[in-house]
Amino acid sequence: MNIQKLWALFCTFFKIGAFTFGGGYAMIPLIQKETVENKHWITDEDILEIIAIAESTPGPIAINSATFVGYRTAGVAGAFCATLGVVLPSFCIILGISYILREFQELKVIQYAFGGIRVGVLALLFKALWSMYQKSKKNWVSYAVMAGAFTLTAFLKVDVLIVIISCAVFGLITSLLAHRRAQK
Amino acid sequence: MIYLELFYTFFMIGAFTFGGGYAMLPLIQQEVGARWGDVISQQSMIDFVAVSESTPGPFAINMATYIGSVMGGQGGSALGSVFGSFCATLGVVLPSFVIILIVAKCYDKFRNSRIVQGCMSGLKPAVVGLIANAVLGVLLTVFFPAGLSVSTFSGIGFYISGAIFLAMLVLAFKKVHPILIIAISAVLGIGAGYFGFF
Repeated sequence: MNIQKLWALFCTFFKIGAFTFGGGYAMIPLIQKETVENKHWITDEDILEIIAIAESTPGPIAINSATFVGYRTAGVAGAFCATLGVVLPSFCIILGISYILREFQELKVIQYAFGGIRVGVLALLFKALWSMYQKSKKNWVSYAVMAGAFTLTAFLKVDVLIVIISCAVFGLITSLLAHRRAQK
Repeated sequence: MIYLELFYTFFMIGAFTFGGGYAMLPLIQQEVGARWGDVISQQSMIDFVAVSESTPGPFAINMATYIGSVMGGQGGSALGSVFGSFCATLGVVLPSFVIILIVAKCYDKFRNSRIVQGCMSGLKPAVVGLIANAVLGVLLTVFFPAGLSVSTFSGIGFYISGAIFLAMLVLAFKKVHPILIIAISAVLGIGAGYFGFF
């Protein structure tokens, strides 16, 4: 086991975790620069693979990519070091902030600021929702699932977990049926 | 036991979230609201989405660490707060970590699997519908904190919030950086507060 390589994985992903805001896809360009261009651990093709795999497995994209690159570079120990590295900066920063927030949340100025910020967050969420809608497939299965998931959770108060599982099963059945029809 | 509950709640959230960024919001909203809603209000959860957006690192880790620290640190224990964060973060990371280790060994088979592709064709649009519901929940919390009532529409704060919302929406669609949008809305909020509108 190469200790130097494990340390390098940890440091590289620590840097990536400490300098990307927003997480998820925002992290991909930095991962590409550090692991492909600087360290030559993986190739550009691997990056495309990582995106494809991160999209179709559960969990945060940042964790998925760190684990994947770490494993490719130095096995299970590498996966552990890379994942620890990407998580640690957030963990420390947020622990500090949650302490500070608790100390200052009684202040009038902080309460007013968050009164405005909540409205700003709502605008950001609308924008994110719109981009996600634009990126999704435009066919009847896709529209039906979107409308169904929204109606079930918003009006019928069905558990989110049940909706997620049912939509996966629904997608599986419709795609298998479409495949069978295409074969005939 | 709160630490065990933090761990398995976030383990489940990590195991059932597909896609990055806000994809985790619907499950976090539901689970935190149902389990710890008396400690963590809807308002403070939205505040924390803003904090996650303006600090580095993945949204999921930031949310898990924060909720773990609040729930574990009840009663003012600093050690409890650190341990709570640790349990929640470990929980949210573990499913990804294990699944990727398995998939990395046989990713060709995995990627071309018709079953995986079929499930994803249902999961991707589902996430859009679920987030739409989460956004609706945030909208109701922001504009109607006391529930839908006639009196809401008579307060000037409601219209000030509406104006700030429209302005920030325009900035968001003009691709202004999220952190800048949060900073501007904080300044506007402080201004509106000191003029007595909130």
